[in-house]
Amino acid sequence: MTGTHGASHSSGHKLHHYPPGDLAIWVFILAELFAFFVLFNAYAFTRLKHLELFNEMQLTLDANAGMINTLLLITGSWCVARAIAAIKANHCRHSAHWLLVAIGTGVGFLIVKYFEYGAKFSLGINLDTNLFYTFYIALTMFHAMHVVLGMTILAFVWKKAMAGGYSAHDHHGMETGASYWHMVDLVWIILFPLIYVMR
Amino acid sequence: MQYKSQAVAMPYFIAAIALFVAQILFGLIMGLQYVMGDFLFPTIPFNVARMVHTNALIVWLLMGFMGAAYYLIPEEAETELFSPKLAIALFWIFLVAAGLTVVGYLMVPYATLAKMTGNDLLPTMGREFLEQPLITKLGIVVVALAFLFNISMTVLKGRKTSIATVLLIGLWGLAIFFLFSFYNPHNVVRDKFYWWWVVHLWVEGVWELILGAILAFVLIKVTGVDREVIEKWLYVIVTLTLISGILGTGHHYYWIGTPESWQLIGSIFSALEPIPFFGMTLFAFNMVNRRRREHPNKAATLWALGTGVMAFLGAGVWGFLHTLSPVNYYTHGTQITAAHGHMAFYGAYVMAVLTIISYAMPIIRGRAANSNKAQVVEMWAFWLMTISITFITLFLTGAGILQVWLQRVSDSPMPFMVAQDQIALFYWMREWAGVFFLIGLITYIWSFFIPGEEKAKA
Repeated sequence: MTGTHGASHSSGHKLHHYPPGDLAIWVFILAELFAFFVLFNAYAFTRLKHLELFNEMQLTLDANAGMINTLLLITGSWCVARAIAAIKANHCRHSAHWLLVAIGTGVGFLIVKYFEYGAKFSLGINLDTNLFYTFYIALTMFHAMHVVLGMTILAFVWKKAMAGGYSAHDHHGMETGASYWHMVDLVWIILFPLIYVMR
Repeated sequence: MQYKSQAVAMPYFIAAIALFVAQILFGLIMGLQYVMGDFLFPTIPFNVARMVHTNALIVWLLMGFMGAAYYLIPEEAETELFSPKLAIALFWIFLVAAGLTVVGYLMVPYATLAKMTGNDLLPTMGREFLEQPLITKLGIVVVALAFLFNISMTVLKGRKTSIATVLLIGLWGLAIFFLFSFYNPHNVVRDKFYWWWVVHLWVEGVWELILGAILAFVLIKVTGVDREVIEKWLYVIVTLTLISGILGTGHHYYWIGTPESWQLIGSIFSALEPIPFFGMTLFAFNMVNRRRREHPNKAATLWALGTGVMAFLGAGVWGFLHTLSPVNYYTHGTQITAAHGHMAFYGAYVMAVLTIISYAMPIIRGRAANSNKAQVVEMWAFWLMTISITFITLFLTGAGILQVWLQRVSDSPMPFMVAQDQIALFYWMREWAGVFFLIGLITYIWSFFIPGEEKAKA
């Protein structure tokens, strides 16, 4: 969530404001984080009960794909932060370009996921293969849907930015979209080690 | 009233209330049959009373939604309704079809009705809530499509607001999911699987959008809070509803023969379903606190606030009570479900329809609000019905807990009917609470006949 607001607002407009973006998106973000919190807890407790199965199955996951996706999403968040910095300097087109790159990282994420799922499904793995895979598929797919939603939100923001709809004084909407995207990233940063790495 | 054609909502509202009365009367009949098994037998057997009770509810809520749409859409779109004549024609078709269906339920044995109405051509009957004969179902589709055509055309030629959009998505979804009532696969698991696409995706999906839109519309009117603010929160609530509600369907798939993974998905996502309802409560109270005008219709505001609270309690809390699969393993299909069903339907949908009726009817009748006396009576009706339904819910919950214990948990589980005898006291108390509900409903209807008006202040 860092990067969506600069260290100081020198030009006399609205003072440093928390949270960045609209309050409504924060209510939404908190509700979403709560949903993931419940899912992660369910995963953790189920794992404790079936430690051997989970440890064994974890090895069958493609950790490299997960790693690439982590880098993609972190890069995406960095691009969104650059976009906010650009708009604060009143570079609207510049800001739009950063947003486009961020959307691109989302596309990359989904492509990697497509191949990752493809490999698993071609082995006949599905939601009911075993408890671990129920969690793996349910959690990552639910997260992937959020990536799609985040990209949709960024696309709207990008469209408005292309039309010059934001400025150094008025970028409330962009911060709103950026906050949501950072949440999508944040959730993955927890999800990746939890499911792919931690033993 | 800003647009003449909004008046077509009136017959819908009146018919809705009439069917509401029928629903409650049949509810009382079957409530009594729980403790006096042969009451009115064989004239009105339990299964028929139940069918009328639930079907009347669904039809009157649909009537209410249609009335709400006819009232709300012209005002939102800032243009007259595309075709008021079509709206009136559809009203009569729908009412006559509903009436004939009920007569069919009451006059002929269900199996005969099925034969008479061509159920063997395309078997769709015999499933809970979807008992309607094939012709009635087809009638519902025709009416729904013509209705959607009418209001969609109105929106297309006028202003497009978020409230109108959310309402349209809700109503289109309602029609689309109803189509699954025509799908009746031989495999019982598949049948049940898709059956929930009508039942669950209605009440825990698209109907919530309709509810949100109605609530947002009335809140804008009675509070004067900026449309921008209200619509923004409406979007947040709608998104949360869909995120939790669609996958939440899984909580119906625990024990019907579907894969085990539904226990996880259903438990988690349905456990999140109270969130949008809680959001709706906060939303309603917040907007009323931030009101920028004192609307003379206090009763409508009360209904709007009540909807938020009761929907959260009934749908949210009482739903959560038995939604986790380890809990539902014991409570499935017991009186706990009935308790939840009563308060959820009342809190979410009955109250939403009564909110828009309370707001719109005085205006259609040419006044900003009813007289103070009429409003006081209406508020009495609000409290009588709301407190009664709370007691019905509590008594059924008590019945449910005892039933689960006697029938499923104890060391020597009792057979179903033996356990039913043991919980008769709760059924009696529920029946009395039902009588008070009926008194509340009569009070409500009485409030419409108290003359006079309250003028709008600045």
